Amino acid sequence: MAHSDDLTRRMLLKGAAGATALAGLGMPAIVKAQSDVIRIGHLTPITGFLGPLGEFAQMGVKLAAEEINAAGGVLGRKIELVIEDSVNPQTASAKAERLIERDKVAMIIGEISSASALAIGQVANRTKTVFINTGANSDALRGASCNPFMFHIEAANSMMVTAVGTYLKTENMIKGKKWYSLTADYAFGHDLFRVAKKFVTENGGEFIGEELVPTDATDFSPYLLKIRQAQPDIVASNLAGNQITNFIKQYAEYGLQFPITGFGFDTAVAWGAGKGNFSGIWPLIWHHMVDTPSSKKFVEAFTKKYGKPPENQCWGDYNSLKIVAQSFTEMKAADPQKLAEHLRKGAKFDVLKSREGYFRAYDNQMVQEMYAVRAKDPDKMKDQWDIYDPLGSVPGPNEDLEALAPPKDGTCKMQA
Amino acid sequence: MAFVFLLEQVLNGLLVGAYYLLIALGLSLIFSLGGIVNLSHGAFYAVGAYLAVTLTSRIGFAGAFVASPLLVALLGIVIERLLFRRFYRSDPILSLLLTFGLAMIIEQSLRIIFGAAPLPFSIPTALRGQVFLGSFIYPRYRLIIFGVALAAVIATWFLVYRTAFGRVVRAGVQNPDMVGALGISLQPYMTAIAALGIGLAGLAGVLLAPISGVHPAMGAEILTAAFVVVVIGGLGSFWGVIAAAALVGVVRGLTIYFFPPAGEASMYLLMALVLLLRPRGLLGERIQKFE
Repeated sequence: MAHSDDLTRRMLLKGAAGATALAGLGMPAIVKAQSDVIRIGHLTPITGFLGPLGEFAQMGVKLAAEEINAAGGVLGRKIELVIEDSVNPQTASAKAERLIERDKVAMIIGEISSASALAIGQVANRTKTVFINTGANSDALRGASCNPFMFHIEAANSMMVTAVGTYLKTENMIKGKKWYSLTADYAFGHDLFRVAKKFVTENGGEFIGEELVPTDATDFSPYLLKIRQAQPDIVASNLAGNQITNFIKQYAEYGLQFPITGFGFDTAVAWGAGKGNFSGIWPLIWHHMVDTPSSKKFVEAFTKKYGKPPENQCWGDYNSLKIVAQSFTEMKAADPQKLAEHLRKGAKFDVLKSREGYFRAYDNQMVQEMYAVRAKDPDKMKDQWDIYDPLGSVPGPNEDLEALAPPKDGTCKMQA
Repeated sequence: MAFVFLLEQVLNGLLVGAYYLLIALGLSLIFSLGGIVNLSHGAFYAVGAYLAVTLTSRIGFAGAFVASPLLVALLGIVIERLLFRRFYRSDPILSLLLTFGLAMIIEQSLRIIFGAAPLPFSIPTALRGQVFLGSFIYPRYRLIIFGVALAAVIATWFLVYRTAFGRVVRAGVQNPDMVGALGISLQPYMTAIAALGIGLAGLAGVLLAPISGVHPAMGAEILTAAFVVVVIGGLGSFWGVIAAAALVGVVRGLTIYFFPPAGEASMYLLMALVLLLRPRGLLGERIQKFE
């Protein structure tokens, strides 16, 4: 009897230890209460198919916090990050509320999924807390779903399309060309395809194939055979995340020669494809070869800290925190209530590009330059990060920055 | 003309079937011989792929092709001796929980060690290129995968159906108590089967790493498809899994030809249909302990 008692107790102890360990997992990274700090919430997916990008987002925002604090903080107070995994829209919404109500964060930075960004945006609006979206592209977030507390440093889908489309036009890849597109079969893909198709057809191109690809597809060979059968002039990707990696790897495997382009893109998916697989012209909100002094400084600091160059997702989260710090300094008060007002007044920010960016009051979208890149010849790559050459920026140096912003079509109605 | 393209999709579907077969074969082995529903099978596949990436830069792809499945099989032996062994006779729900937890631990470990971003990996230069048969196109690398899958199937079949080892294992599936009464300890046999099944997951990982993204969740991505193949084939049936893998590959290819959005859904519809008509799967055997 004594023996079995002992066993039960030991098992109970083990169970308790396990439960404690599990409970620990649910806690935010930093919970120490300090009154002389400014707390900023960071909420982005680090698990699931957007996880690889979320990891880069965290790297970016941590570097920004380190730099700000090393320079003495904001108005003499240190920045303290409270970092969470947003997982999905329901969790994102619950965690946003918890960050605001329990952790008392001054504002929230993050997100990549458009659905989760919408959920956080609604919490932001209700609690009058600023949320800067660093990765969600859906135009609807800047249109019908816009609100005065949700800001977008990330480009809208229509901006991605215009950025790469401008270069496709100069390369004579649109007018009179037959296009074949593969689109991720969910909200983001549909939204991206809608704006891409509009751009291509308005500029004289024609779609001879438009396929929807389920997000859980890992083998693309049946699609590749269909593309080969259709003999298009251009193959366009509206795919998402890891899908793009699989697609470009297998496109190279099947040896198809039709030029590739894509309207949605992140450098990580091409870095992850491997040598000799990546090809085509793609849009980016920023890349590590942007040749401005502040950009070079960022790349240098990032590479020193993490041993690899920053991905474009790092850029959004890094700059968002810098923007908040700069705003509080300019306002001479870390006043969360007035932050939205300040950002909406058109304050300008160095976002590591040749021209400063600003949030426009119409839809809170950051108006800024974007870039297009072309895949490099594999023999000319210096290392695994050196995979593309910059094509230049959109809008061009003499054009109005607003030329790239989404059209003011009246769908965004900001409540006062 | 349309017929030619359909035929091309059917033949390509068979190649894709080899891809599903590689992943499902090991799962089916452990499932039908040990009664363990191995939800961590995908995670071992991911470990195989990560080992392939890590080892290729040191000992080349050929070396990695041999070493990674062996290392994954070794890991399988450890897992079997420490964990699986305790669950052969218990409620299947326990092994389900165990392997689910194991899958999460392995996936998160990969994330901590290698980061969440996909690792770059390509087909070795010597294995690139395409083979043209008339107007049909076959990447050389897929033909190699097909060949390896075929060899793995033949070797496994030989081991299970033509050796003394296989006889004991098959007897153990039907009646472990009788095998024990005959004075044969099943434990070393089960260890060998787990090592083989998990090693096959590792082999699939090495072979598929050059044509799919190498990231921590890659195992979770393919696990459902592997289960669908095993269920369609029928529990305990060696040939059933092979038939099911080919069928899933072809049906998926044809669905994508006619109606691409249903490409992945087609395998689930196929599974529902098969289970309606044959509740034990295509070639499923009657196994006492699962009834």
